[in-house]
Amino acid sequence: MDCQSHICVNNLNVFFGKEHILKNISLKIPDKKITAIIGPSGCGKTTLLKSFNRLIDSYDGVKVTGEILVDDENILHPNIEVTHIRKKMGLLLQNPYPLPMSIYDNVAYGPRIHGIKNKKKLDEIVEHYLKQTNLWIEVKDRLNAPASRLSVGQQQRLCLARGLAVEPEIILGDEPTSALDPISSKVIEEKFQELSDNYTIIIVTHILRQAKRLANYVIFLYLGELIEQGTAEEIFENPKEEMTKAYIQGKIS
Amino acid sequence: MDRRKIEEKIFLFLMRISAILIVLSLILILFTIIAKGLPSLNLAMITQTPKGGYYLGKEGGILNAIMGSLFLAGGATILSMLISLPVVIYLNIYAKKNSKLSEFIRFSFDVLWGIPSIVYGAFGFTIMLFFNLRASLLAGIIVVALLILPIMSRTIDEVMRMVPAGLIETSYALGATKLETAFKVVIKQTLPGIITAILIALGRGIGDAASVLFTAGFSDYIPNSLLKPAATLPLAIFFQLLTPIPEVQERAYASAFILTAIILIISIVSRIITNRFSKNLIK
Repeated sequence: MDCQSHICVNNLNVFFGKEHILKNISLKIPDKKITAIIGPSGCGKTTLLKSFNRLIDSYDGVKVTGEILVDDENILHPNIEVTHIRKKMGLLLQNPYPLPMSIYDNVAYGPRIHGIKNKKKLDEIVEHYLKQTNLWIEVKDRLNAPASRLSVGQQQRLCLARGLAVEPEIILGDEPTSALDPISSKVIEEKFQELSDNYTIIIVTHILRQAKRLANYVIFLYLGELIEQGTAEEIFENPKEEMTKAYIQGKIS
Repeated sequence: MDRRKIEEKIFLFLMRISAILIVLSLILILFTIIAKGLPSLNLAMITQTPKGGYYLGKEGGILNAIMGSLFLAGGATILSMLISLPVVIYLNIYAKKNSKLSEFIRFSFDVLWGIPSIVYGAFGFTIMLFFNLRASLLAGIIVVALLILPIMSRTIDEVMRMVPAGLIETSYALGATKLETAFKVVIKQTLPGIITAILIALGRGIGDAASVLFTAGFSDYIPNSLLKPAATLPLAIFFQLLTPIPEVQERAYASAFILTAIILIISIVSRIITNRFSKNLIK
């Protein structure tokens, strides 16, 4: 199968027990752009996102068919090294989950498990990614303080820094601003825009305005089916499907 | 006053009574042990083993039982941890959440928890008879480890089930394996709970008489090998209470005081250690 993008999905079906969550999804995620997955609650947005790094593996009774190609490699193949797939992708969840350790150790967690032991190297990595997420100035004097003492907005930026520190090519965000105050949300959105120069970014969002502000490419899901995909202009200005039009106008939710 | 307000008052009253009962029984137990035991408590009790005729009121102490209990409960706690942690990590990280197997494991622990300790003692004794073994510290350690295993496992299990799924996913998403996630994130996050579970189990193990009666036996000497019989504090208390001599009976209360003090010291020390480790936890 030929796929020019980082991520291509062919005929993906996901079942949780008897429930058919994602139905025959095929799509291409453009490189170094922001892709937004939109749709009403329960349409399978998060499931689709978590299929990309196989986090859904750990859910009960999950069955997946079809293929997801990441760098031309089918990550659903049973022989694939799952930690290797996940290293390629940083993940931001709805709520920031700092690990139960210091600010420094949070950022160093990924690099350490992937084998970097040199203290000087780790110092550099921590500083670099904390700077990249505008957190360095705020925390540079208390790197050994528990990450749990940071504000929620700072925690989310720390989670972003921690995700970037494993040097992914792709960033996944599951409604990454929904637990944040407006100012912190804005900071995260700005970071995403900056990062999209170098990273392929996929976010799930239920905030249409956020999708409009950020996205270059939009995927609309409804009840587990892919209704429409296209550039942000196509989807928001000139949707082909009635269902997409209705959702964007707020007629279905 | 309307009916709902009266209900509220009655139930509040009942709750207060219950709370007072709990505190009161703790105070009464401590008071009894201290009032009856303190007069006969002396340095010799905790520094000497029984000399000839100790149980008739002559000189000596219960160092044999203190050391025996510490060895036995310590050994049993370590052995039990070595079995508990892998099981609980399996249940919470590796097994599917509601699989039949994990339900069955949890159910087994709950049943084991309810079995009286004398049954563990009898079970251990039967096996020892089969292999023609004599009462020993090792046999006591194994039986007490089995006794406290369900308590420790289920308590740690309950704590680990509270770890937010997002925290575990976060670690996976960074490319960590299940084992790395278990040791670097889950155990760190649940450490205070794990220590509490270990303490509850240790307290149960150090205070149990029935399970060690036939398995660890009793001896006037401090055990110098795992294969020698070992005295334990609960049995020392039991034997001293059995004598008709009032002086020795008082020593039983002094021994009970020592046992309580040991548990108290272990609890306080581990609280302090836990607090030092828990500053990083995610609330």
